[in-house]
Amino acid sequence: MADITRPSSLSAWLREPIPTSSWQARAQQLWLSWRALRSNPSVMFGGTVILAVALLAIFAPLVATHDIYAQDLSIRLQKPSAAHWLGTDELGRDVYSRLVFGARITLYIAGLTAIIAAPIGLMVGTTAGYIGGWVDTVLMRIVDVFLAFPSLILALAFVAALGPGIENAIIAISLAAWPPIARLARAETLSIRKSDYIAAVRLQKASSLRIIFNHIMPMCIPSVIVRVTLNMAAIILTAAGLGFLGLGAQPPSPEWGTMLSSAREFIFTNGTIAAIPGTAILLVSLAFNLLGDGLRDMMDPRHG
Amino acid sequence: MMTNPALASPARASDRQRRLLTLARSFGNRAVSVAATLLGLAALTFFIGHLLPLDPVIAVLGPNATHDAYVAMYKQLGLDQPLWKQFAVYLGHIVQFDFGNALTTGRPVVTDIARVFPATLELASVAILIGTGIGIPAGVLSAMYRGSPLDHIVRFVGLLGYSTPHFWLGLMGLSLFYATLGWIGGPGRIDTMYELDLEPRTGFYLIDAALTGDLALFKDVFGHIVLPASILGFTALTYISRMTRSFMIEQLGQEYVVTARVKGLSWARTVWVHAFRNVAVQVVTVVALSYAFLLEGAVLTETVFAWPGFGRYLTNALLAGDMNAVVGCTILIGVIFIGINIVCDLLYRVFDPRTR
Repeated sequence: MADITRPSSLSAWLREPIPTSSWQARAQQLWLSWRALRSNPSVMFGGTVILAVALLAIFAPLVATHDIYAQDLSIRLQKPSAAHWLGTDELGRDVYSRLVFGARITLYIAGLTAIIAAPIGLMVGTTAGYIGGWVDTVLMRIVDVFLAFPSLILALAFVAALGPGIENAIIAISLAAWPPIARLARAETLSIRKSDYIAAVRLQKASSLRIIFNHIMPMCIPSVIVRVTLNMAAIILTAAGLGFLGLGAQPPSPEWGTMLSSAREFIFTNGTIAAIPGTAILLVSLAFNLLGDGLRDMMDPRHG
Repeated sequence: MMTNPALASPARASDRQRRLLTLARSFGNRAVSVAATLLGLAALTFFIGHLLPLDPVIAVLGPNATHDAYVAMYKQLGLDQPLWKQFAVYLGHIVQFDFGNALTTGRPVVTDIARVFPATLELASVAILIGTGIGIPAGVLSAMYRGSPLDHIVRFVGLLGYSTPHFWLGLMGLSLFYATLGWIGGPGRIDTMYELDLEPRTGFYLIDAALTGDLALFKDVFGHIVLPASILGFTALTYISRMTRSFMIEQLGQEYVVTARVKGLSWARTVWVHAFRNVAVQVVTVVALSYAFLLEGAVLTETVFAWPGFGRYLTNALLAGDMNAVVGCTILIGVIFIGINIVCDLLYRVFDPRTR
């Protein structure tokens, strides 16, 4: 049966007006979204840069040309050359190799922060929005308190209390990053909870927990993903700022903000060693902003 | 809804009463929520202050303290009390703006903050002038000529502003304009050779320098502030222009804009006089909020430029593990944020009839 109806080529199979199996229907959906993504230049540019940086980070040991901790004071502060593609830093270490390994740390911080902050925000927001009443009041008051600080200040205060270091920086940034997500998830929930399908599930005596987890959270996830993508840029900048102040990743870690911090003393003599990590931070955070902007425009054309 | 003229006026009077009552109730609710937020702020900072893995007793006495001195200080700091009692004491202190002494300077934190704050205020004020002066026209023009190259440039610059590490921009600016070109003054607010010439009156060095009438002095002060203020202004600009643009786009889609055009008004007049007036309150609140956000930007920018303000004070306190100063600064920023939010809220209620 399947052999008779199966079209000859893959693209025809994807274009078939009536899918014959759920697997084909899913593949068609994926293909449609991929086409929508491809026609959006912001998404394509941002996504490509992030993918490239992610690949660099994964294959860092293969891509790097030198040992990132190997010091050689006889070649310190050199300009870019064939041996050292982006020059050397104040201890004679290869800047290019350090930059490549730094991508790992940046993505590690951004990824881990998103994994911690997004679920917390999602859970708090959907619970507050669905249950309402005093639960909503209390949770949203807590969110308000966190939002009363700019995120960098809050992260700084937490790092001061927890002590410097990359793990503490991640905790601090996550603590500062979940409240906007909670607020967004709550707003989404408030519009979802009135829909008929929620009423239908409630009539079947589904528990609040079940409704929140199975029926509301999945509906909030797309907008949360967009929000988190946009937040990634801010998270990367905050992490770099913490590193720059000496409160994030500690030397000799090749974290980009930490690299900037040690390059700082030499900006009057050799501008390039400060220019390079800064450009990398700018590029990655720009990529996340473009990707987030593009995704948001696709999901909600009103903001265009 | 009343059509009978005889019934109209008493109905209107009770309407007004009801409206006053709702207004009073909404202010009351607002006051309660602000009080709750402030209490939460205190709890959060208390939590941060007590989360410290550093031993607060050792922080005061140093690592070589004797056991007796340790116990005495432990009691003196109230650490033997239950947590809620400690919180109550803490609350009592911060209500009186008593954040204790800063370990780094030995002076009360409040005195320290009062000393360094004018420097930040001057920096932020110049920055907001730059941000508003460029950001609002850029946002309006970008909405007026939506889809044009100008619009794309404004949006792209905005995106860059959101993506750039501003402390890095400061480093690059110093490297280029100070070290290479020599156009501007270096780090700090003023050259040491001028420091004694300047009599601090307002705390704003630009104004103080202008008051002396010494052109070289004013030039020096201006040369020091122009780069950090421009960089901070850039952060404000991106936010202000983006928000102004989206407010204006919303307004320009309204029917009254079409009506004004149909009646023969020029596009520029329609935009600037009719549409812009409707977003003015929103824009003012955005400016106020970005002014508050400059405090955040100031932390890193001041560190880069060795600007002797609030941000650098906070950074130094952080690096020294001086929790009294950190908590004091954090509370202050929180209170400023809440205060500015209240002011924005009031502005809306007073000037925007739609929210009534």
